[in-house]
Amino acid sequence: MTPSHMLQIAGPEVILALGALALLVFGAFRGDRSTGLVSALAGLVLLGAAAAAVAAPMGTLFHGAFVADQATAFAKVAMYLLSAVAIFLGERWLSRLKSSRFEYPVLILLSALGMGIMVSAGDLISLYIGVELQSLAAYVLCAFRRDDGKASEAALKYFVLGSLASGILLYGASLIYGFAGSTHFLEIARAGHGAAGTGVIFGVVFLACGLAFKVSAAPFHMWTPDVYEGAPTPVVAFIAAAPKLAALLVFARALLQGFPDAVDQWSQVLVAIAAISMAVGALAGLVQRNLKRLLAYSSILNIGYALMALSTGTALGLQAMFVFMVLYMIDVTGFFSALAALSRDGRPMEKIEDFAGLSQERPGLAIVITVLSLSLLGLPPLSGFWAKFYVFKAALASGHWQIAVFGLVASVPAAFYYLRIIKTMWFDPGAGRTDAPAPDAQAVAVASAVWALPLVLLGLAALDPLAQTAAKAFGLQ
Amino acid sequence: MDLLALAFYVLSAIAVLSALMVVSARNPVHSVLFLILTFFSSAGLFVLLGAEFLAMLLVVVYVGAVAVLFLFVVMMLDVDFSSLRQGFVRYLPFGAVVALILAIEMGLTAAAVAARGAKPLAAAPAGVSNTEQIGRVLYTDYFYYFQAAGLVLLVAMIGAIVLTLRHKPGVKRQDIAAQTARTEKSGMRVVTPATGQGIVE
Repeated sequence: MTPSHMLQIAGPEVILALGALALLVFGAFRGDRSTGLVSALAGLVLLGAAAAAVAAPMGTLFHGAFVADQATAFAKVAMYLLSAVAIFLGERWLSRLKSSRFEYPVLILLSALGMGIMVSAGDLISLYIGVELQSLAAYVLCAFRRDDGKASEAALKYFVLGSLASGILLYGASLIYGFAGSTHFLEIARAGHGAAGTGVIFGVVFLACGLAFKVSAAPFHMWTPDVYEGAPTPVVAFIAAAPKLAALLVFARALLQGFPDAVDQWSQVLVAIAAISMAVGALAGLVQRNLKRLLAYSSILNIGYALMALSTGTALGLQAMFVFMVLYMIDVTGFFSALAALSRDGRPMEKIEDFAGLSQERPGLAIVITVLSLSLLGLPPLSGFWAKFYVFKAALASGHWQIAVFGLVASVPAAFYYLRIIKTMWFDPGAGRTDAPAPDAQAVAVASAVWALPLVLLGLAALDPLAQTAAKAFGLQ
Repeated sequence: MDLLALAFYVLSAIAVLSALMVVSARNPVHSVLFLILTFFSSAGLFVLLGAEFLAMLLVVVYVGAVAVLFLFVVMMLDVDFSSLRQGFVRYLPFGAVVALILAIEMGLTAAAVAARGAKPLAAAPAGVSNTEQIGRVLYTDYFYYFQAAGLVLLVAMIGAIVLTLRHKPGVKRQDIAAQTARTEKSGMRVVTPATGQGIVE
């Protein structure tokens, strides 16, 4: 394989790494005055990386440590585009608060690079390095407004618990390496051919716990509400979307390629985690007064659905996971953009009471939030309905009807808290004037609402075959 | 062979004794210094095993960076070490149990390895030191991990700067270029004051 061909396979990562380094040096010389320019260039770098992910040839590098296939191309395009949206949202948001700094776009770039390494990981070492690169940048982004006590608290909690989860993940990886004799997924599968040993199963469970933390699945969800509440809203819009897809895909690759003979064992673990996530997300969300905390529990619930799709271990399940995550990520980015757009007397509106009577004050944003809430709830024909439709179809097709019924039941209490937001906005007496909404965040929110209602029907026609091709990359039937 | 055995016993005795002193020394600075001694004697043990690179790494990283950092922490921060030491006797039984379990585990592992025999190491090509061997795989097979790990460290560095660096306005800084570019003309002004009036700026 010639070096230029190797560079083409790893094209998105090379573009991101070199772009991040160049922009870092550029920003360091020009200072914070150049933040706008650095952000624009970082957005271009991400678009270039997404284009490279589509155009790059498929293949594996470094003895299988780096994998480029249809699944990685699919995920990378989605993740890089959402990261570009996060740069756009965050840069405008931070400059309104006079705390704009050129490191913000650079850190998003490096986090996106970590996600790329994660989804392309064909080996436990590159999995770990990708997870660390992505999360370290996310910890710093959460504490980006360092004078804000809540943000610092959130970042510290995220950092400490995240390090613990990384430790658990590494422990699992070392057990797997010790019992299977390799860190490479395909080698591990070969070593455990027929039946995986107890030691390997132990390792898989620890690995699953570490990755479940990264996707904020219960019972490893404790950090999620605090981090979502404390961290800057655009940063939450970022960490609530793209890194989840990266972690889910690496989860899928590690389990499906590394342990194909232990499907029965890890499928049980995933079903249990999915069921607990749905229960916790649906019930604990009922008592939340803060909308960001509420969305944190909503994300735990939705990760439960995604894990339910993954636990089937079939190509149909993977396709469902891809479709579900893309539709969910657009919804949640739009929701947090709407929160970032709204403020009252210069303070962000986060409590549910703050939204009382929003329909008279800001009818446009009230409609946007209503559409997105109904979509997250899963009302047909909004995008959230199609997302859940795919997941339940896959679960039923593989005979996991118990967990599918559980998922349906869990969406009932969840429907209550989505409907309560709508009721507060449209039927409660007004809570006073709001500031003029931020045009950039409002635009993102409106765009995602437009996607959720009419566009999704057209979008699904393209998304369905793309997700199907991506799911085929794992070689499942 | 006898000399090797002697060196091994001396080095390991020093390592064990100084490790004991790390936890039992009254003065925390002494503890850190004993820790450095432990690192040095372990580095000696690595040399005896033929792992020069690990030995050097231990000296450079642990003695050079980590232990010095410990010394800084001990000397700069106002930590009340006597209060930290309280309850030592109370927790001693618990600590002893943990130590005993660890010792049993190590014994079992050693016994298992001795019974089954350890896997022999792949023979090194003649005339290649193990430092060179590590360098060869680090920049070929493990090139990807090596570069990616470098990026992780870069993120840590950016993070530390983002979260701690504050630009204070009004701080006087030395501008070396301006200093060396000073000429007689720019640095000095000749004035002829009128008699009895002094110089007025």
